[in-house]
Amino acid sequence: MTRKLITETVMKYVLLVSALASMTIVLMIGVFTLKEGLPAFRELGLDDLLFGRTWRPGEGQFGVLSMIVGSGLVTIGAVAIGVPLALGAAIFLAEIAPKKIQGFVRPSIQLLAGIPSVVYGLFGMVVLVPLVRKIPAPGNAGYGLLAASLVLAVMVLPTIASVSEYAIRSVPKSFREGALAVGSTKWETITRVIMPAARSGIVSAIVLGLGRALGETIAMIMVIGNSVIMPTPSTANPLSLFLSRARTLTGNIAVEINYATGIHEDALFATGVVLFVLIMLVNSSARFLISSKRWD
Amino acid sequence: MNEPRIKSIDYSLYYGEFQALRNITVDIPRNRITAIIGPSGCGKSTFLRSFNRMNELIPSVRTEGRVLLDGENIFEQEVVNLRKKIGMVFQRPNPFPKSIFDNVAYGPRIHGRKDKSNLARIVETSLKSSALWEEVKDDLGRSALSLSGGQQQRLCIARALAVEPEVILMDEPASALDPVATLRIEELITTLKENYTIVIVTHNMQQAARVSDYTAFLLTDEARAGNLVEFGPTKEIFTTPKDKRTEDYISGRFG
Repeated sequence: MTRKLITETVMKYVLLVSALASMTIVLMIGVFTLKEGLPAFRELGLDDLLFGRTWRPGEGQFGVLSMIVGSGLVTIGAVAIGVPLALGAAIFLAEIAPKKIQGFVRPSIQLLAGIPSVVYGLFGMVVLVPLVRKIPAPGNAGYGLLAASLVLAVMVLPTIASVSEYAIRSVPKSFREGALAVGSTKWETITRVIMPAARSGIVSAIVLGLGRALGETIAMIMVIGNSVIMPTPSTANPLSLFLSRARTLTGNIAVEINYATGIHEDALFATGVVLFVLIMLVNSSARFLISSKRWD
Repeated sequence: MNEPRIKSIDYSLYYGEFQALRNITVDIPRNRITAIIGPSGCGKSTFLRSFNRMNELIPSVRTEGRVLLDGENIFEQEVVNLRKKIGMVFQRPNPFPKSIFDNVAYGPRIHGRKDKSNLARIVETSLKSSALWEEVKDDLGRSALSLSGGQQQRLCIARALAVEPEVILMDEPASALDPVATLRIEELITTLKENYTIVIVTHNMQQAARVSDYTAFLLTDEARAGNLVEFGPTKEIFTTPKDKRTEDYISGRFG
């Protein structure tokens, strides 16, 4: 064999091993979490664990439903606030801003991604929580879903904005020209041609953001209140639901794992399994969304 | 020659400091096909893109002189209205990643036509005019990107026709197509001149000779700015050119 051929073969296997490594790690984490959580599923039953509303480790009650709802609501809140902001920023950077302005807007958005989440938590505690507290509603202490959604919205913004910007920039220039040539305004070109053409990339951006939102832990613990209660509206306005305290699945694990033993510990691993499945569901539904209506 | 559709008068264009077109004065006759020919880099595409102000997408572009459409200066019109009157077909087919129907209906929709049956009629007429209807009528919901290159280009012509322009600019419309598809596009262009004024840029001189009624020959001067060397009926340009440089180019001595 010539040297070139040897290198070729060796490289092929090196790359194969790298690819297998990441796959194996995901698989191992999944299997490990599942194995540790399995006793909880077996002893408590899937039904009580998934749909039980009370979490009282002292009394052997381990229902994670209110935390699924907590994680779900805070993610919905973050996406509802963060996606419009992020898409606005992405469109501005890709289509509207002159080079000079891009030059300081883009780095500042990227800087957001580099701030440690504990700092976001601090910011939430000293700035956002007192602001939210001003909303007049019974039992509103500022800590809760709204403050957490706001913090999380800012945290997912850089990911969604930069991936979307990239997707928008990847739309061929010829589509723009085609749209402008029949008399579209810039805005019509963006909304009717460029955004639909960038759709799959934008969906991926949002999914990445969702993943980050579902997984965020420390900043959530600091502002969400951490009470294991089913979030409910405190006034006639259904949106007051977001003033409720809550706990996320991630927060549940982080807060209790240090002192948990026995079935309590197993139940926390089971919480991890639920989180794992939730994130996989989000990813696969997104993939379905992307593939369901594609022209290219 | 009847009153020209487009007149460019002492028209110059600059990219920043660089002058790309120098003092071009030419009349584009109504309901005729005018070919713009010349070697690569002579500014023929730039000149074509002046008529619908597409050059303005490049921030550093600056122009001097006037271009009139039916006697009105195009630089004093709203660009959206201008482009509705002057359609364009590009070098590479650029259908949107949408259905065939939505591609053709795109223009009418943004110009405010919402009525379904009305849109369906416009789509049908436009596809018939661009000689694509028979091939696609059974499935207008199909992705435009599933069509062949030649079909895509005819779809782009239909998309341009759907907004009822007066002028159609074509920037080397067949250069990315195979000979058979090219022939079909050429046939289509000649049928379109009944209703439209057509300006076509081509580097293919046989094509210019085959399809056009008038020909404008552009060439760069010492400063690399595009100049109009000669304009006239295509027959005269190709058989009895007045300028030596035209004759050299036509006979293939350079370019």
